[in-house]
Amino acid sequence: MEELVYSYYPGCSLEATSKAYDRSTRAVAERLGIRLIELEDWNCCGATAYMSVQELLSFAISARNLALAEQYGRPLVTPCAACFTTLNKTNTYLAEFPKLKEQIDEILDEGGLTYNGTIQVRHLLSVFTQDVGTEAIQAKAKRDLRGLKVACYYGCQIVRPLHEFDDPEMPTTMDTLFEQLGAEAVYFPMKAKCCGGSLIGSTEDVALRLIKNILLCADQYEADCIVTACPLCQINLDAYQERVCRQYNLNFQIPILFFTQLIGLAFGVPNEDLGLRTNIVPAKPLLEKYQALLERK
Amino acid sequence: MKSDVVLEESMHLDFLEEIYSIPGGEKIKDCIQCGTCSGSCPTSYVMDYTPRKVFAMIRAGMRDEVLSCNTLWLCTSCYSCYVRCPQDIKITDIMYALKRISIKDGKYPKGSDAQELSKMFTHIVNKYGRNHELELIQRYFLKTKPLKLLQNIPIGLKLLTHGRLPLLPTKIRNISQLQKIIRKAKSLGGF
Repeated sequence: MEELVYSYYPGCSLEATSKAYDRSTRAVAERLGIRLIELEDWNCCGATAYMSVQELLSFAISARNLALAEQYGRPLVTPCAACFTTLNKTNTYLAEFPKLKEQIDEILDEGGLTYNGTIQVRHLLSVFTQDVGTEAIQAKAKRDLRGLKVACYYGCQIVRPLHEFDDPEMPTTMDTLFEQLGAEAVYFPMKAKCCGGSLIGSTEDVALRLIKNILLCADQYEADCIVTACPLCQINLDAYQERVCRQYNLNFQIPILFFTQLIGLAFGVPNEDLGLRTNIVPAKPLLEKYQALLERK
Repeated sequence: MKSDVVLEESMHLDFLEEIYSIPGGEKIKDCIQCGTCSGSCPTSYVMDYTPRKVFAMIRAGMRDEVLSCNTLWLCTSCYSCYVRCPQDIKITDIMYALKRISIKDGKYPKGSDAQELSKMFTHIVNKYGRNHELELIQRYFLKTKPLKLLQNIPIGLKLLTHGRLPLLPTKIRNISQLQKIIRKAKSLGGF
C-alpha cells in the first residue's frame, strides 16, 4: 500500500483544552503508518464565532490555510469537527460561488498567496475509516475491546452540513470501527444531536439541557463511555457533566473519550500518550473494567 | 398613504437584498413555510420566533423584529435544518447573516450577550492568529456577567489542573500576512 501522507491541521482547541486529542491522534496515526505533517504556520479557521461577525473575513482567514496547504499538495486533515466544517465549507463555497472566489483571490494576493482550489479537506474519522479502513485498523490492534459498551457520539459538524462520508442523521462509521475492534456500539439515537456548542458560554441553561439529553441516553443504554470526534462536544459532555447532574438531580459519571483515545487503548498505546489523565470525568473505572476483562480472557 | 406603501416596499427590499447577497442567499425566495426547520431545531423551544416564522418575517420586511429576537443567537450551527430543508435553503448561513446584520445595526434582544462572545473571539484571532481560550472566556465573562465568571472558577480550575487551559496564547509566525489579508477583506466591505 502506498504511504498515506497528509497535511495536519490540529486547530486551536487541540493546542489547549483538547491536547489529549492531538496526542492520541499522533500516537494512533503513527502506529497506523499514516504520516501527519503539521501545516506550517496555520491560523484559526474562524469556527462558528467569526462567521457571526464578518463573512468575507471568515472565508479569507479560512482560505489562508487552504492556500498554505496547496503549497504541499497533500490533503488537509483535521481531527476537529468545527475546523473540518469551516475549512471544507470555505473550500466548497469557493468552488461553487465564482464571485466569492474572485474576492478571496484578491484578498489572498495581498498576502502574497494564491489558491487554485486543489486541496481536499478531510476529517480524521474519514481518513481512518475510508483511507486506512476498519479491517486494517483492527489488524494493528494488540487487544480487542470485547466487553466494552461504547456510545459513539458524532455531534453535528463532522456530518453536517457537508455529509460526504457519513449519514447526516444516523452516522455509522465510528460504530463500525469500534465494533470491528470488538466493542459493542450501543443503540444511541442521540448520536448526531447537538450538545449546545458555544451556548455553554452564552446561554448555559439551554446547553445544559441538550448535554443532559445526550448523557441520559448513553446512560439508559448502559454505555461504559461515550466516544466523540469533536473537541467542543468532548468538553461540554465532560467538564459540565457534574453541573448537569446537579441541575437535573441525576447521578452518573460517564467517561467521555476522544475516539482516538479508545483506539489507542486497543493498540496498547501507553495511557500517558493518550492523555487519559486530562479527562475530567475519570477514565479510571473504564480502564479498570477493561483490565478485568482482559484478565478474564 | 401612498408614501407609506413605498416606504414598506423599500424596507422589504433592503432586508431581502442583504440576505440575497450571501452565497446561496437568494434561495430564501423558495421557502414554502413547511416548518421542517423549526421541527429540527434543538433550541426552538426557547426561541421568541421559530426559524420558520423568522423566514416569513424576513420576507414581510419585519427587519427590527427579526434583528431583536433571540432566535438568531440561539442558533448553535448544528445544521440540522440546513440538511433537511426540502428547498435547499442554507438556513444556518442565513442565521449567520442575521447575526452579522444585528451586530452591524447594534440591535440585540434584551439581555443578550452572545454577540460579545463572537466579537471577542474575532478580536483574539485577529491579534494572535489563533484562539486563546482562557483569554476569551475571561474577557467575555468579565464584560458580560462577572458573577458567572466566579461560578465558573471550579470548572476553570479543573481544566487548569488537568493541563487543559494554557495560560499563554500562541501567536502565528506570519501574523503580518494574516493581518494584511484581514485589512484587505475589510476594505472590500461586505458584512
